[in-house]
Amino acid sequence: MIIETAPLSITRLKSKVRLYWPLIKSLQTGLLLSTGLAGYMSARCPVFNLGTIAALTASLFLSISGSTILNMWWDRDIDAKMRRTQKRPLASGQIAPVEALRLGLVLSTLGVGMAAAMDALYGLIIFAGLFFDVVVYSIWLKRRTCWSIVWGGISGAMPILAGRALGLGALDWIGVALALGVLFWIPTHILTFSMKFYADYQAAGVPTFPSTYGFDFTRAVIAVSSVLAAISMGVAAWGIGMTVGYLRLLIVLSGGLLALAAAVLLRPSERVNFGLFKYASLYMLSAMLLMMI
Amino acid sequence: MDKMTPLDRLLLLATGLLAAYQVAVGVDGFSALPMIAYTIAFGVLLVAGLLLIILGFEALDSPLVVIVSTIIPLSLSLGLVWEHLAAYRGVYLFFSVAGFLAVVVTRSFPLPGKLPVVVLAVVHGVAGMVIFLLPILLAAQGSVPRGYALVGVGGALIGIGGLLLSFLKAGKPILSREMILKLLPALLLLMTAAFVAGFALAK
Repeated sequence: MIIETAPLSITRLKSKVRLYWPLIKSLQTGLLLSTGLAGYMSARCPVFNLGTIAALTASLFLSISGSTILNMWWDRDIDAKMRRTQKRPLASGQIAPVEALRLGLVLSTLGVGMAAAMDALYGLIIFAGLFFDVVVYSIWLKRRTCWSIVWGGISGAMPILAGRALGLGALDWIGVALALGVLFWIPTHILTFSMKFYADYQAAGVPTFPSTYGFDFTRAVIAVSSVLAAISMGVAAWGIGMTVGYLRLLIVLSGGLLALAAAVLLRPSERVNFGLFKYASLYMLSAMLLMMI
Repeated sequence: MDKMTPLDRLLLLATGLLAAYQVAVGVDGFSALPMIAYTIAFGVLLVAGLLLIILGFEALDSPLVVIVSTIIPLSLSLGLVWEHLAAYRGVYLFFSVAGFLAVVVTRSFPLPGKLPVVVLAVVHGVAGMVIFLLPILLAAQGSVPRGYALVGVGGALIGIGGLLLSFLKAGKPILSREMILKLLPALLLLMTAAFVAGFALAK
């Protein structure tokens, strides 16, 4: 009996994992995780403390994944109306909503609990990030106003602030500058996305900057937010004491971001828009790697 | 036909990483202007490599490619002249700025005749020859370590790449588009590797 059921349960487990994996948006989670690690390492704390690094990684992964699953659970009805997202496991009915809700709550509780056990301030910031993301951004504002992305941005900036706070044991202006860098980077990322999938968001009735203020204004916002993101990152890097060489590299990468933002503004096209969207992710990942070194 | 293969992406990624390394390590003992010029050259190479990976070879269809592909040889050659030919600093700085503006103007406004192509050939030709010949001559004279000649090899490769791309964009291709796209990633990597090795061996 055991011999018969063992392979079956492994197969079931595999198919479950395959089904649930898209719920955590692994690339987005990985990028946010990298910001948290960069925030911690920017404090020049003993990064070879493997125990703390592992706990930081685990608590961030659990809380970010948990909040992402809760967002997916809440947004399953609008996901089902959008071509880009209608095949997601919850939107397509492959996963029972109550099952996803339970998983999201368990992961979130574990993540925040673990963070609070490590350090009260760190735990508080992680909780704030989760609260802003799920309650303020998704549940309260996303379907009401396009300005909801500001709150999405604030929650996205929490991992780097939390990592820095864990490394220092306190908040400082560099942590705030790093958080502002992420906060201003998020419109570049999200608004290019909302222009690319304009029809999808319209079909789902989700207000976006392009649908509320038009494409020209949205492009101007992207350009301004890219400039502010580059300035914030540069100021934070200078405050951290980044070496001249790495600072030069950060300036070059920021120059690429600004050039693309200018191109989106002055010579708008689908391709340039997509280029900026992808480049912005690469920029953030590269900037985080430079902060870690 | 313009599809980018995984190998192309790998070569472009390696090019970007080498360019990033050169930007980060800089070049020892240089004054501000050559450092800025080299940073611009390798920075443009890095960002262009990343954009090619993201957007594919279709990115080359942008009218900005001709202008961007002019920045790299002009800034590299300006850095070299400023460092090694002190008597020509002012003249070459003027040539670099004027040449760049001329390329921008001739590419931005429709001009009759062969003027745009002539401007492009002169600017790329002079910058390419400076990057190709100057390091090799200096190494042959013994005024710099021999390994510095590799910068000249990079100059030869950038000259070839720049001319191929510029004339392709100008509508007068030297090789077929398919062949150029096949060669481009490897050419960019070899060129960047030669520059990085040349600067490293000059220390």
